[in-house]
Amino acid sequence: MSSSSRSPQQPVLQLQQLTRVHGSGATEVHALRGIDLDVFPGELVAVMGPSGSGKSTLLTIAGGLDVPSSGRVIVENTDITTADRKTLAALRRRSIGYVFQDYNLIPALTAAENIALPRELDGTSARKARREAITALEEMSLGHLADRFPDEMSGGQQQRVAIARALVGDRRLVLADEPTGALDSETGESVLALLRARCDGGAAGVLVTHEPRFAAWADRVVFLRDGAVVDQTVRSDADSLLTGRTAER
Amino acid sequence: MSIRHGLLALLERGPRYGSQLRTEFESRTGSTWPLNVGQVYTTLSRLERDGLVEQDGEDEAGHALYTITHAGRTELRVWFERPVDRTSPARDELAIKLAMAVGAPGVDIRDVIQSQRRHTVKAMQDYTRLKAQALTALESGAERERDDVAWLLVLEQLIFQTEAEARWLDHCEARLIRLSATAQQPGAVVASPAAPRRVPEPGGAASLPGGVRPGGLPPGGVTGPRRPAPPHRRR
Ligand SMILES: Nc1ncnc2c1ncn2[C@@H]1O[C@H](COP(=O)(O)OP(=O)(O)OP(=O)(O)O)[C@@H](O)[C@H]1O
Ligand SMILES: [Mg+2]
Repeated sequence: MSSSSRSPQQPVLQLQQLTRVHGSGATEVHALRGIDLDVFPGELVAVMGPSGSGKSTLLTIAGGLDVPSSGRVIVENTDITTADRKTLAALRRRSIGYVFQDYNLIPALTAAENIALPRELDGTSARKARREAITALEEMSLGHLADRFPDEMSGGQQQRVAIARALVGDRRLVLADEPTGALDSETGESVLALLRARCDGGAAGVLVTHEPRFAAWADRVVFLRDGAVVDQTVRSDADSLLTGRTAER
Repeated sequence: MSIRHGLLALLERGPRYGSQLRTEFESRTGSTWPLNVGQVYTTLSRLERDGLVEQDGEDEAGHALYTITHAGRTELRVWFERPVDRTSPARDELAIKLAMAVGAPGVDIRDVIQSQRRHTVKAMQDYTRLKAQALTALESGAERERDDVAWLLVLEQLIFQTEAEARWLDHCEARLIRLSATAQQPGAVVASPAAPRRVPEPGGAASLPGGVRPGGLPPGGVTGPRRPAPPHRRR
């Protein structure tokens, strides 16, 4: 309801009949069994589901880091399952921001360099890339850590640097796998507020999380079970909420 | 819920009349627990009977004003100091429903859990949106700041409460899956999943899944008969 009624635009991300089988024969695991999902500009979608239900698999395929066994993945009108390597690499650097379940920072680079690297690879001048990196760190209240290396930061700080890296530049699609894992409740919330703001600014976001409180920032919550979407919520008018419904609880 | 103490707390800040108390109560709590004027006056007269408030003249418009008494202030202080009682839990419909769904014929408990989870998470989405609005209002430094802060705290309480429910539902589902997996292990004393369901005979322990007490999980595990998968997208 939310997406189709409020946006005549094209989805930023389209997953069509996506399947992924790991292994073969007796050890075969059907990690995804026919997923359909559209994410529109301005929309934040949360994916929830028990451990092993296929959430990370879905996200890595959406980000072009893994290939599906069948089905299509369309990011901004490009089918990334058939795109050539160069197109895919450019799309991943330019359009897709990815926060990994385990932050994945490059140990030999400082926080600012980690954030600036993909921008520089993409032709942004070193000076501009650094300036952007500092701004992104400041948004995360991490300006003072710009010149620290990953092993000189706490887990939560590394995680926020990884998030800053995913949000820097004009990413149209932000994919985040448990981005609040190492964060306390308040910091986790500020990360969600930032992700929310980015989507309100026109990006499309997919957030994998076990925490209902963070999933609640999304426009839509999709529930996976055994590799399939079993249910989803759409958001309603909050104004009608507190008159009556809670009173009956 | 303590309307009594809520009214005492408002009166501690100066004399008030009935409908004014109602308005202030609601703006503190964002109309989460709506009061009607009748409830306010009934509560005021009980407070008066108990010597915790007294009537004290009228304002220019002729509204009867109430003030808190010394005994009322003492009562209020004790209320703030005393923890809210948690030893006799309120009856919870959802807990009762799930307890009844365990082993109920023709009921797929995972469906019960999932439909509640959708509803609960959706309520959280709505509360969270209100919270984001409240935060924006606070940051923009609107004048009624104390009410905004109070409203924010109430909203967050609702969010944490619904979150606890959603987590508990996740836990129930995982627990039931684990129990039915144990029940299906070779060697476990359990009827074959293909066996027709039947009411266990009294003392028919041989038909119970491993470790599950009588009236527990049905022989087919927690999922019951297979159902067609729901449509992938409900728009
Ligand atoms: N490389 C792989 N080889 C074989 N099986 C895999 C591989 N990666 C994932 N799987 C399997 O695919 C299924 C889905 O895994 P996935 O990592 O997507 O789950 P998840 O929902 O992200 O779980 P979690 O909440 O624990 O992170 C699991 O059964 C997992 O064991
Ligand atoms: Mg995962």
